[in-house]
Amino acid sequence: MPKAEYRLILKHADEPGYTVDIDCYLRHGGYQVLKKALAMAPDQIIQEVKISGLRGRGGAGFPTGVKWGFINHEKNTKPVYLLCNADESEPGTFKDRQIIYKDPHQLIEGMVISAYANRAHLAYIYIRGEFAKGAEILEKALAEARERNFLGKNILGSGYDLEIYVFRGAGAYICGEETGLIESLEGKRAYPRIKPPYFPAVLGLYMCPTIVNNVETLCHVKHIVEMGGAEYARIGTPNNTGTRIWCVSGDVNKPGYYEYPCGAITFGELLYEVCGGIRNGNKLKAVIPGGSSAKVLRADKKYKIPRKKEDGSTEMIEMGLEDIPLDFDTVAATGSMSGSGGIIVMDHTRDMVECLRNIAEFYAHESCGQCTPCREGSLWMKKMLDRICSGGGRPEDSKLLLEVANHIAGRTICAFGEACAWPVQSFVEMFGEEFEAKQRRESSLEILEPVTTRTA
Amino acid sequence: MSALIKNPFNHDLPPLETPLVNVQLDGQWVKVPKGLNVIEVAKRFGKFIPHYCYHPKLSIAGNCRMCLFEMGMPKLDANRKPIMDAEGMPVINWLPRPQIACATQATEGMAIRTSSKLVKDCQEGVMEFLLINHPLDCPICDQAGECRLQEYAYDFGKGRSRFVEEKVKKPKRVDFGPRIILDDERCILCSRCIRFAREIAKQDVIGFVNRGSYSTLTVYPGKVFDSNYSLNTVDICPVGALTSKDFRFKMRVWFLREAKSICTDCATGCNIIIGSRENVVYRLTPRVNEEVNSHWMCDQGRLGFHYIHSKRRVTEPASHLNGSLFPLEWSEALRTVAQRLMEFPPSEIAFLVSARLTCEELYLVKKLMETLGKGTEIFSEIVPRKGVADGLLRSADLNPNTKGAISIGIGKEGTRIEELKNKIRAKEINCLFAIHENPEEVGIQEDILSYLSFYVWQGLIPGPAVHKANVLLAGASFAEKSGTMINIAGRLQKLHKAILCPGRAREDWRILRDLLLLVGLKERVFEKISDVFDAMSKEIDLFDSLSWNTVGDLGIDLSQKLKNRSIL
Repeated sequence: MPKAEYRLILKHADEPGYTVDIDCYLRHGGYQVLKKALAMAPDQIIQEVKISGLRGRGGAGFPTGVKWGFINHEKNTKPVYLLCNADESEPGTFKDRQIIYKDPHQLIEGMVISAYANRAHLAYIYIRGEFAKGAEILEKALAEARERNFLGKNILGSGYDLEIYVFRGAGAYICGEETGLIESLEGKRAYPRIKPPYFPAVLGLYMCPTIVNNVETLCHVKHIVEMGGAEYARIGTPNNTGTRIWCVSGDVNKPGYYEYPCGAITFGELLYEVCGGIRNGNKLKAVIPGGSSAKVLRADKKYKIPRKKEDGSTEMIEMGLEDIPLDFDTVAATGSMSGSGGIIVMDHTRDMVECLRNIAEFYAHESCGQCTPCREGSLWMKKMLDRICSGGGRPEDSKLLLEVANHIAGRTICAFGEACAWPVQSFVEMFGEEFEAKQRRESSLEILEPVTTRTA
Repeated sequence: MSALIKNPFNHDLPPLETPLVNVQLDGQWVKVPKGLNVIEVAKRFGKFIPHYCYHPKLSIAGNCRMCLFEMGMPKLDANRKPIMDAEGMPVINWLPRPQIACATQATEGMAIRTSSKLVKDCQEGVMEFLLINHPLDCPICDQAGECRLQEYAYDFGKGRSRFVEEKVKKPKRVDFGPRIILDDERCILCSRCIRFAREIAKQDVIGFVNRGSYSTLTVYPGKVFDSNYSLNTVDICPVGALTSKDFRFKMRVWFLREAKSICTDCATGCNIIIGSRENVVYRLTPRVNEEVNSHWMCDQGRLGFHYIHSKRRVTEPASHLNGSLFPLEWSEALRTVAQRLMEFPPSEIAFLVSARLTCEELYLVKKLMETLGKGTEIFSEIVPRKGVADGLLRSADLNPNTKGAISIGIGKEGTRIEELKNKIRAKEINCLFAIHENPEEVGIQEDILSYLSFYVWQGLIPGPAVHKANVLLAGASFAEKSGTMINIAGRLQKLHKAILCPGRAREDWRILRDLLLLVGLKERVFEKISDVFDAMSKEIDLFDSLSWNTVGDLGIDLSQKLKNRSIL
């Protein structure tokens, strides 16, 4: 039996009869937490979020309470904005849209509480332009909330005013980068801003303090206020608290989204028990753990993971991919990241050079073109991979691919540089033999033996 | 700073009161103003951080990544206090990621490495990226010779390309406006032009479209970039993407002889470089002077030089006889003019003088009037030219040296033109000497000129009533002369001769000097322009204690003196 899910965010999402209507939400105890939150002082909510240890679910995993704490409310004289990042443009990630499509009021409640805590009176849900249905659902939900005074002037008689608007994005990957999102929201081309000085908490939307949080993160706030920060922190593991929605796609029998406490489940348990094993009884070859920009992990590799001993010291232990628990820190210790929670699974039939070519094509297409290394390098890597895949590989191509990627990562304004370089770096480093084989015009699939034989 | 143009950004000029901080530059501790841009920090100490998108007068874009440097900050102890070394300076903690110098400002204890292994690797990487899709068309590119991409490829590049894929091809010869053509394939997307259009020219009509390597610069649909400052984008374009329709394909820049001068198209007096070859001026480009024009100049001034090569230009002295024009030897022409001028009583002589003349020329005109007048004041007036100030660099006064003319005492700011007209009609004035002005332009038409007994015209391009002139003296254009002018803000600035006068035309100060000698000036012989300036400085207290050399390339501020004399 697979481990039972612990659904906090998706608790009602797939329940039979559960709809997006506010009445349904209210029947399930909706907006009760908002009442509780409005009776609390804003700083008290921020404190609870800090205590909860909630880390952002958008990709970077930055502590939410710390981010909120960057605004100095005593000195600030400008308006504060709350932005919900619903752009969800990381390939392999499809969790936020589930929340929006299935439980939009949970997001709205989380946003109102978060906006109240951050003294924001105006908030936006920046949703990817292509998610037309999602925008429609949200518009309707906002109207319902407004009608019931969960939004608008003097919310529930508390004296607190808030308006939330849906903003349909321009449909580029970079619109999901928080400063690119802000630029886009301001009506400009979504070019990321240089940090410093444009830390959104200091200089964000219209140069005012701005908090940008992911959909899932904002939903967690509701639950933190409901159960208290300390209680929430008991879910998951220290520094990796709460639940996470993992979106599994690729070569598994039951792709989908699954919610578990952070660190409560390993890759092996998720793939073999929860997702029904590898497709067609095939063998696991590799996993991208946090959306396509995360570094790929090879199934037969041993990873050195630091583990705290009882005496407080740290020891390094070796772990196979399947034994690695799904939390922020352990996945990061493998050299990759749990990022957006989008787990992409590749079985032994996958040609890793082709897989990388596919990823590289995406990033070359989505590079905003602002910084030279990313703009030129992403397309160069894609062209090289095209050539290798079409039989024109040269012996020096692997090294060149790596060097081009190394000249991008860490040298651009935003993290897109890493997003396009990391897959190349990791695929070439991890599956070098396949690249060499392709460059010798051999079939790369004959080179690697299947690495795992475990079945569900 | 009292620049006539107000730049929205001055990354190179921190406020005077800025405190100094200690910065370690390539291992050496130096003191620099707090907040100074790291590119400028390096520059002040003879180091060079290459850059494309950074411009000291534009907002920071940070996108070219050419100025990546290694940055360190003081290592902190448990109490967050810097740990000091044996010499009392902070121990440096180097950041793993390179930083961009353009968007980084000097802070206390900051450390900068401009040429470490990491920095060189970054520079090589960026150069390689920039060149992969750039057409290597230097043999036909206008920017060759002053192309940053070309220069940096030598200084910071790998020296070879590893790119074997097909290049991205972008549009060529895109019409951007009346004066600009874009060769998009050369564009390195530094966005300087976009920022210039928004921030300085205030005409936000250009931007990028498409993404990644396919990003292209474009004019917004239905718009044209027709700002009067549009050609500055050609100057600041680090590659040959934006080209001037006027200069494109006319001359290789390394053949150009460069002379420092000032623009004479209006009273602002923008500092310029005259680029010429074999006595032909090919382009005017702005020369940095923070007190006047900073890095910029207007298109009107920049393109307003073509008249100097006009086919209608008078290139030799001549006289009219029985309706026909006859060339003269200079000696004969000058002798004739001097003799005739002396035949008239001073009250019957008038000088119509241009405020486009230099101070030295105006001084010699004044001297000529005094010598002829022998104590009686001779009628003189300048021709006023009024335009509309644009709040940037165009002045409402379109004469470059009105302040000089007033200071020297020529004319009454153009208020006596009507009086001159009436006096000619009334035969009170019978001799007119027009210097670089066509009387027709101020309403002294052919019928009025017919009243004159003697009319001398000195200048470049004569008006329609030129046949009324008894003698024509071929003068010099601004590019053919040296001298000084006083701009609208009271700044005395120098022109430097860039080309020789065409044909037998002569510098005006020489013509006037020779006439002075012929009408009887004895006390001084001027051999060079600096002699005239020295004489002027002795006789006119505004120029007191100044010499030709002290004026310098950037000029001297005389505004206070002019204010004291109610000229400003």
